[in-house]
Amino acid sequence: MTSPRTERASVALSSTVTSAATLTERSDHLLPTTPALRPLLPDGGLRRGTTIGVAGTGATSLGFALLAEVAASGAWCAAVGLGSLGLLAAEHAGVALSRFVLVPDPGAEWPTIVATLFDAFEIVLLRPPTRIGGPLQRRMTARVRERQRVLVVAADDTAGLAPDVKLTGATGVWEGLGWGAGHLRTRQLQVRAEGRRLAGHPRHTTVWLPDTRGRLTPARPVPAPIGRVEGVA
Amino acid sequence: MKALHCGTRPRGESDVTRRTLVVGCTDWPLTAAGISPGEPVAVLHAHRVQAATAAARSAGVQRGQRQREAQARCPELGLLRANPDTDARSFEPVVAAVTAFSPRVEIIRPGVVALATRGPSRYFGGDAALAGRITTAVCDTLTRIAPTDQREDRCRVGVADGLFAALLAASRRVVVPPGESPAFLAPFAVTILDRPELTDLLWRLGITTLGRLAALDEHDVLDRFGSDGLGAHRLARGLDERPLAARPARAELTVTTPFDPPAERVDVAAFAARGMAEQLHRLLQRHGLVCVRLAIEAETAHDEQQIRLWRHLDGAFTPAAMVDRLRWQLEGWWHCATPPSAGLSVIRLHADECAPVGEVQPDLWDAHATIDAQVRRTLGRVQGLLGQDRVATAVIGGGRTPGDQVRLVAWGDPREPARPGLPGTVTVRVPTGVEMPPWPGRLPPPAPAIVHANPLPAEVCDRTNRPVGVTARCTATSEPSRVSVAAGPWLDVVGWAGPWPVDERWWDAEQSRRRARFQMALSDGSAHLLAQEDSRWWVEATYD
Repeated sequence: MTSPRTERASVALSSTVTSAATLTERSDHLLPTTPALRPLLPDGGLRRGTTIGVAGTGATSLGFALLAEVAASGAWCAAVGLGSLGLLAAEHAGVALSRFVLVPDPGAEWPTIVATLFDAFEIVLLRPPTRIGGPLQRRMTARVRERQRVLVVAADDTAGLAPDVKLTGATGVWEGLGWGAGHLRTRQLQVRAEGRRLAGHPRHTTVWLPDTRGRLTPARPVPAPIGRVEGVA
Repeated sequence: MKALHCGTRPRGESDVTRRTLVVGCTDWPLTAAGISPGEPVAVLHAHRVQAATAAARSAGVQRGQRQREAQARCPELGLLRANPDTDARSFEPVVAAVTAFSPRVEIIRPGVVALATRGPSRYFGGDAALAGRITTAVCDTLTRIAPTDQREDRCRVGVADGLFAALLAASRRVVVPPGESPAFLAPFAVTILDRPELTDLLWRLGITTLGRLAALDEHDVLDRFGSDGLGAHRLARGLDERPLAARPARAELTVTTPFDPPAERVDVAAFAARGMAEQLHRLLQRHGLVCVRLAIEAETAHDEQQIRLWRHLDGAFTPAAMVDRLRWQLEGWWHCATPPSAGLSVIRLHADECAPVGEVQPDLWDAHATIDAQVRRTLGRVQGLLGQDRVATAVIGGGRTPGDQVRLVAWGDPREPARPGLPGTVTVRVPTGVEMPPWPGRLPPPAPAIVHANPLPAEVCDRTNRPVGVTARCTATSEPSRVSVAAGPWLDVVGWAGPWPVDERWWDAEQSRRRARFQMALSDGSAHLLAQEDSRWWVEATYD
């Protein structure tokens, strides 16, 4: 971590906090967001310059759903530190693979890699290889805010980072799979949103994730027992 | 998906440059127009001089000069408008003469052809002997076309490693010994690269010759000048501008159109070619490729055949450019000394050599796929930090498992799938003339959101705590009841389906795999794709 390049990057990271206060409250500060998730988010959409955590059941699919809507607008997306992504599912979710750049193994300099990617990428999906400590967290969130990008952290405890909003998949109910027959088709997922920006008032919603096309759509909750699958003998 | 797939380019192999011979006809547009070198005549394109006769040049007319300036230098200058159609059509006899030495002659542009010398040189006794014979043959042909032209340098032949060096060798009429291309290129000024923006910058930095550019470190060049600079650096080192794609372009990058009744006229074939070119272009787009060398095959009803290779030097073939090449080729054939005796029965367009989509290549399907400069610079920097192979994009192709269908391609390499086949599991409409394997045994959607790079070991038990197995007839020995993933806690199975057999490559003892796959939903709401192989259970993917 002592090369001049790294030093330049960390100087750039640390000199950015001031510009955050100059933000104006306008709707073009929102990235496109799938309608089913808008009620969960404090500004009714993915606000530029914020960090989002995805965790629990369906965390990866939630990450894809957030990326898909941004990718559909023509922006470039990246995933850092996720070596086992189901990219076929990403394509079905609507992420254009030709504009989805993967850095599965970012190595020890991953904060520099992520900071560099924010120069050009609207949204970055990250699984931090190491825990994010205090100073690093401050630099990271400052960089996101300065570049007006969105960072999505996919880790169950968000790797020590305190995101603005954390989306947790709580209960997943799969449909289509029987007892020795059928196959997985769709899943109803309860999603809980909590975090700093929601001031201790968690919000809930139920979505199809995936629906029959592999995407995220709103659903009415069904009173099914937790974790049970329909059609079980 | 296996992370290891990243960067499947065979490093050593990709940097082999082909020994190339280039034949150039001096002032071809003028020879094609039937102008004798003694008359002061210039060919104009966009009000600038494209070519000029020896007489005009001795009066001070130069390539690239404005029309007015040329006329001021040489008031009696005759002017001709550039006509690529005539140039290409009348070039056919020269191509035919060179084709007698090697079947794979590629046309760089009307007036210039190239061929790989490996085979022919061995047959004719060395590069110099081959160059001599080709010079004689082409000069004879040129004498037939333009009897008044007796210039000694009307045909220029040169041999070197790689096309770029060979083109320069031809302009100097030399045979550069194998391995000495970098030394041959070193004294040339960087302006020879014909990239004004880049060379202007290089010049101001004091990097004035190709030798100085080649002496820089590859990583530094990528870091400072981006992919454009890297291409120039490779050329300066005597390599091809881009490494060759890992595989030759696959057989499926071919579009065929039969004619019944046979097409008697060139315009009939050219009309059909428009649709074919667009189809080929779409196929290439799907793989993220562009065609840099196009093979056009034409067959007549009497089984006469003509194949020509066309190279696109700066950029890549657009559908319109492909149609032009086909028209030129057919018109040349129709008007040559031995025209075909019957109408055309088949034409075939084949992307013979491909390159990854460059920065300015708009995508027919997706207008946003134009790679903007910011993204390119950013990824160049990340590759500078990590290494080229660790930044990738994914491309979907054929295969049975969710992992097999995805291949990670290092950023900058051609986006070609690992296995042929179209994405998706449902019925796909296959374009005519293209064969795609169907890959039976694919799982129906949804696709799992996590495909474990290294499958997780698992244990599966039935109600009586005995492990569940799979019989030789592919049925489960008992109903699965509890599962433990990666030595984790035991969870109840709430739904399952399977076993679905996958018996792959049974003909190959080394690579054959026989697995039985299950989908299982567990009591914590998770669902997995499990596989039983050699009495052991693995979690291949998770429906996260």
